[in-house]
Amino acid sequence: MPLLGFIFRRVLQTIPTIAFILVVTFILVRLLPGDPASAMLGDRAIDADVQRINAKLGLDQPIPMQFLYFTKAVFTGDLGNSIGLKLPVIELIAHRLPVTLMLTGMAALIALLMAVPLSFVAALNRGGAPDTIIRGTFQIGLSMPVFYVGLVLLTVFAAKLRWFPVGGYGENFLDDLYHLFLPAMTLALSLSAVLMRNLRAAIIGVVGADYVDFARAKGLRARVIMTRHVLRNALISTVTLFGLSIGTLLGGAVITETVFAIPGAGRLMIEAIYGRDYPVIQGLTIALALLVSFTFLLTDIVQAWLDPRVAR
Amino acid sequence: MTVPMPGGGLKVRGLTTTFVTPRGRATVVDGISLDVAPGEIVGLVGESGSGKSITLRSIVRLVREPGKVSGQVEWQGRDLMAMSEADLRKVRGAEIAMIFQEPMTALNPVLPVRLQIEENLSAHTTLDRRARRQRALELMNIVGIPAAERRLDEYPHQFSGGMRQRVMIAIALASSPKLLLADEPTTALDVTIQDQILKLILDLRDRFGMSVLFVTHDLGVVAATCDRMAVMYAGRIVETGTVAQVFAEPHHPYTRGLLGSVPRIGAERSMLLSIEGAPPGLIDLPEGCAFHPRCAFATDRCRAERPPLERFAAGREVACFHHRTVAAMAEAA
Repeated sequence: MPLLGFIFRRVLQTIPTIAFILVVTFILVRLLPGDPASAMLGDRAIDADVQRINAKLGLDQPIPMQFLYFTKAVFTGDLGNSIGLKLPVIELIAHRLPVTLMLTGMAALIALLMAVPLSFVAALNRGGAPDTIIRGTFQIGLSMPVFYVGLVLLTVFAAKLRWFPVGGYGENFLDDLYHLFLPAMTLALSLSAVLMRNLRAAIIGVVGADYVDFARAKGLRARVIMTRHVLRNALISTVTLFGLSIGTLLGGAVITETVFAIPGAGRLMIEAIYGRDYPVIQGLTIALALLVSFTFLLTDIVQAWLDPRVAR
Repeated sequence: MTVPMPGGGLKVRGLTTTFVTPRGRATVVDGISLDVAPGEIVGLVGESGSGKSITLRSIVRLVREPGKVSGQVEWQGRDLMAMSEADLRKVRGAEIAMIFQEPMTALNPVLPVRLQIEENLSAHTTLDRRARRQRALELMNIVGIPAAERRLDEYPHQFSGGMRQRVMIAIALASSPKLLLADEPTTALDVTIQDQILKLILDLRDRFGMSVLFVTHDLGVVAATCDRMAVMYAGRIVETGTVAQVFAEPHHPYTRGLLGSVPRIGAERSMLLSIEGAPPGLIDLPEGCAFHPRCAFATDRCRAERPPLERFAAGREVACFHHRTVAAMAEAA
């Protein structure tokens, strides 16, 4: 199986990526203005207290030693305690990240459900009325900023029509989905616009391919030709774009969670930045970066599965 | 090119394919009539752009928008042009199969060969999964692919050019078609592989009694494989006959030109003839005979009037006012 070999090699490749993530996070946090001790103690801290805190946090050690402690801590799941909330960072992340994951996952799913059928309709009616309408609508969606789309959806569907809650999070899974629908839709609109542009062009390219004619000459049903021969080939480039977009989507979640008052990782990040809560910023950055590189890993595997020439 | 046929076979009458383009209307296939009898191999010959590939695709209505196909294509007593898309699908790939010029692009790059063979069987037979696997293996053996069992799970990019063409033929043969439409199946291959593929097609005709309509620009291929041939120029058939007749005594100046451009082993060394000029654009065909601007025999009549395709001997047709003169010249040369 060339695919298994490919997966193995690709997983090995993530090791340097993870190392890089650790180094960059470590350096970035130390480059931020201000220092944790004064953030914890306030403006009128005395030097002795600052030194005591620094010693407690290991900040009096040489930088390379600090990095070693840091790496060891990360691998044992110890990301320190939040300065503001006085809770272990790992617990905060475990609590907040699933919300963001659910929001992102739902947005990605909605985007796919919109983009795939619509790009088919647009591509197969190329230049016709459906194509123009679909492309025009998505072009408008694409050119509006996420926070603005979010506010419009809120005003119309939550405030005016009262179909959806204005914000917050649910009590159980179904309630969660209900609460997350508008924010997920907000994220999905811009993502599906990007996906649709790409997939429509890919379908137009594939539909004209010789192997599609050959499939027709074999007397296959239109449905088989469209899914097995057209969609599968067209998806190869779109899958890559989709994977890369997940990173953008996680970034977009920061804004959306703020607009819709969702207690996710994005909101936590904003709060941590305002409060100079270094351990939280650091922990979240690592978690999100790992998540993104895991998404890329998954994207590459799916792509290799779709296109055996990649796994070679 | 019409011969009396006892049932079966392919009968094309007045097949016309036009494309409406922003620059005007192009008649790519212009009223073509030809027959292919059971077990017969007919060559359709012409330069690039003469409309031979589109003719082949028009027969099974595989022409894309904005192409429009009209005329009559009678296949075993049924008119393919009048058939519903659903009925036609049962003919395509089952009774009439097609192979393309470029096996690299005609095979789906992301599907294993096994699936590409088996999907034909799923569409046209009632074979179960197990029987389909068995048949796929059998087909790979018929077309001479070594280590067939293992290679079934490989992808097109893992095969060489000649082997890919064999895979395509295996796919075409899957449901035991009665007619094979072959669109320059050897053009993309080197000469030794080309020879193997031609032998394979001949062998399949002999073993399964399959008819073949063979599109090519290569007269050597026609001489080696076909029983009869039709020469196309600018969307029309200009000459037909058995391969032996046409090669021995070409009656159309264009056929004569084509034959003159083939080097012959054993003949006295002489300059190869080439036909002056290029084929006309199909949107603004010249008045009269489409070949007249390139023809040494052209007269005022050729410039004003289009010569019809007429029978002049048993099994022989030509579309030229001066074909007697052309034939006499050929003999003298």
